[in-house]
Amino acid sequence: MNRNKPLGEKKIRVVIAKPGLDGHDTGAKVVAHALKDAGMEVIYTGLHRTIDEIVNTAVQEDVDVIGLSIYSGAHLPLSKKLMDRLQERGATDKFVLVGGNIPQRDIKTLKSYGITEVFPVGSILDDIVEFIKKKVGQKK
Amino acid sequence: MKKPKPEELKEVILESGIKVKPVYSPEDVEDLDYEKKIGSPGEYPFTRGIHPLMYRQRPWTMRQYSGFGTAKETNQRFKWLLEQGQTALNVAFDLPTQLGLDSDDPLAEEEVGRVGMAIDTLKDLEEAFTDIPIDEISTSLTINPVASVMLAMYLVVAEKQGIPWDTVRGTTQNDILKEYIGRGTWIFPVAPSIRLIGDVVEFCSQNVPKFNPFSVCGYHIRESGATPVQEMAYAFEIAITYIQEVLKRGLRIDDFAGRIAFNFDIHGNLWEQVAKFRAGRRLWAEIVKERFGGKNPRSMTLRMIAGGGGGGLTIQQPENNIVRGAYYALISALSGTQTMALCSYDEAYTIPSKKAALISLRTMQILADEMGLKDTVDPLGGSYYVEWLTNEMEKKIEECMEKVEKRGGMIKGIESGYIQGEVSRQAYIHEKKIQSGEITKVGVNKYVMKEEITDVELHPFNPEVAEVQKKKLQEIKAQRDEKGVKEALLGLKKAAQTSENVMPHLLKAVKSYATLGEITSIFKEVFGEFKEPTGL
Repeated sequence: MNRNKPLGEKKIRVVIAKPGLDGHDTGAKVVAHALKDAGMEVIYTGLHRTIDEIVNTAVQEDVDVIGLSIYSGAHLPLSKKLMDRLQERGATDKFVLVGGNIPQRDIKTLKSYGITEVFPVGSILDDIVEFIKKKVGQKK
Repeated sequence: MKKPKPEELKEVILESGIKVKPVYSPEDVEDLDYEKKIGSPGEYPFTRGIHPLMYRQRPWTMRQYSGFGTAKETNQRFKWLLEQGQTALNVAFDLPTQLGLDSDDPLAEEEVGRVGMAIDTLKDLEEAFTDIPIDEISTSLTINPVASVMLAMYLVVAEKQGIPWDTVRGTTQNDILKEYIGRGTWIFPVAPSIRLIGDVVEFCSQNVPKFNPFSVCGYHIRESGATPVQEMAYAFEIAITYIQEVLKRGLRIDDFAGRIAFNFDIHGNLWEQVAKFRAGRRLWAEIVKERFGGKNPRSMTLRMIAGGGGGGLTIQQPENNIVRGAYYALISALSGTQTMALCSYDEAYTIPSKKAALISLRTMQILADEMGLKDTVDPLGGSYYVEWLTNEMEKKIEECMEKVEKRGGMIKGIESGYIQGEVSRQAYIHEKKIQSGEITKVGVNKYVMKEEITDVELHPFNPEVAEVQKKKLQEIKAQRDEKGVKEALLGLKKAAQTSENVMPHLLKAVKSYATLGEITSIFKEVFGEFKEPTGL
């Protein structure tokens, strides 16, 4: 799994989270599988998590990336809330990605909240992997 | 493109892992015993269909999934759909309702009325069915962990409209096991959830004989990534689990099996889907007859809604989904379904617009009235390929069922996360095949258009719905007889703690205008909550 990495380098840590009541977890699990296959450490929160629970997990597990998966249409308020909580907790070093059925017109708004990138339904798995590797690599 | 030589032909392997030859002949089905394995439509083993004359006698029921905002708004949409010739209703509830939360619950924030209509008390459901003759149409209530509560509300609505329960037709989805595998609206642990399903079946068999107490959904399992074989096999294992629960209560198989309904998915290869349903009918008939000793032929019939699945639709070039929907409807009709529903072309984006919902309905109507799909039963029966594939699918489904049973059955498979793991792994494999181009998806990995103009109209979400619901809740709580509510909830709690059927207590509770949230809290107190296995 660590083929391309120098010995001792820390694995990228990602939490894949399902906020709110929406139960569509196929996309979240597919992305989690892809990130795992790419050698990352992936924590999946399971369904029906509150934003506070997700932030707690992200902080406790010291993740580099939070991936939010939302299919209910409530992506704007949920993402805003997450970014506010991260700010309050001083956990602003984490990259936050949003996936799900996100209309094009909302991507700008999400980014204005501080979301790093949006990967709507139909995104290429390799693109997500490469994006995370690049971003986390730049930081380290 | 150069024509390949016969030896250069690309291999065709169906999603279910079956290899397809370029040509089939009588030799491929020479062992097939028509009387035993196929038989006349309406007769065991029902391979060709569950009724002797199928659509010639009565076309499939058209039942689009619908509901949003308040009960009043949804009531308008219901009436409009019925005016357009829809023949039954399929009710969409918002997520808080599906999870037993009132609209004023902090967890319901931003979700009230979003993906379906909000129901807090009986009052809401009364409004949803105002001026709708519920003795003339059948209603499907798409709700699972709290299906028992919604059924109680629906029966009280019927009572208030002066409709006797023995004429009420409809279905509560009420399939909790598939919620743990896909779809995700679960609340309570597995055992008490199955007990609630048993309570509903028992109550309906005695009091609401024309009502389908549960509808086992292979649909959502397939939408979560399962192959067509897994879809059928897991659905059957789930149905078997519920049957065992009901039999434990002393009911006989023929007391309720004729009211078991299924909900299946259609997308992917046409032939594989048709064979899936033909094999499924045969296998289910055998299970009920041989394994459970059913005597009444009706008990052995695989009664189903087969819907054009959202999983086949694409976000790219959304109008192509109209065409896909038409093919799915065709498959559904060729498969001998009782009820049909289609995901609308905009459903990859939003809950369906009026325009998109109407196109879906017209698609089914065109198929029924213009294309000859009602003329004759099982028109693909007797095709060398279809009969061969039906046999192959049957074998694969049986193998997949055996795997589950060897691991101790569906309940164990779900509690340990084994089934969820199998399905999500399959979803990942499938997605990788689409991304590599191994599986073709037009507009996604072939005939891709760079400059896409998507003018899908998004259904506006009205945040005021939450305020309307909250105000209404306050008013109801101020007006209702609190003592009556407390008594009803106490009675419910006592029943939940024992093995007494909860249905009579739920009827009392909803009549007293106890809220869905209050009732669910009682169940949570007694039953606890499901702990999801989150391993990948």
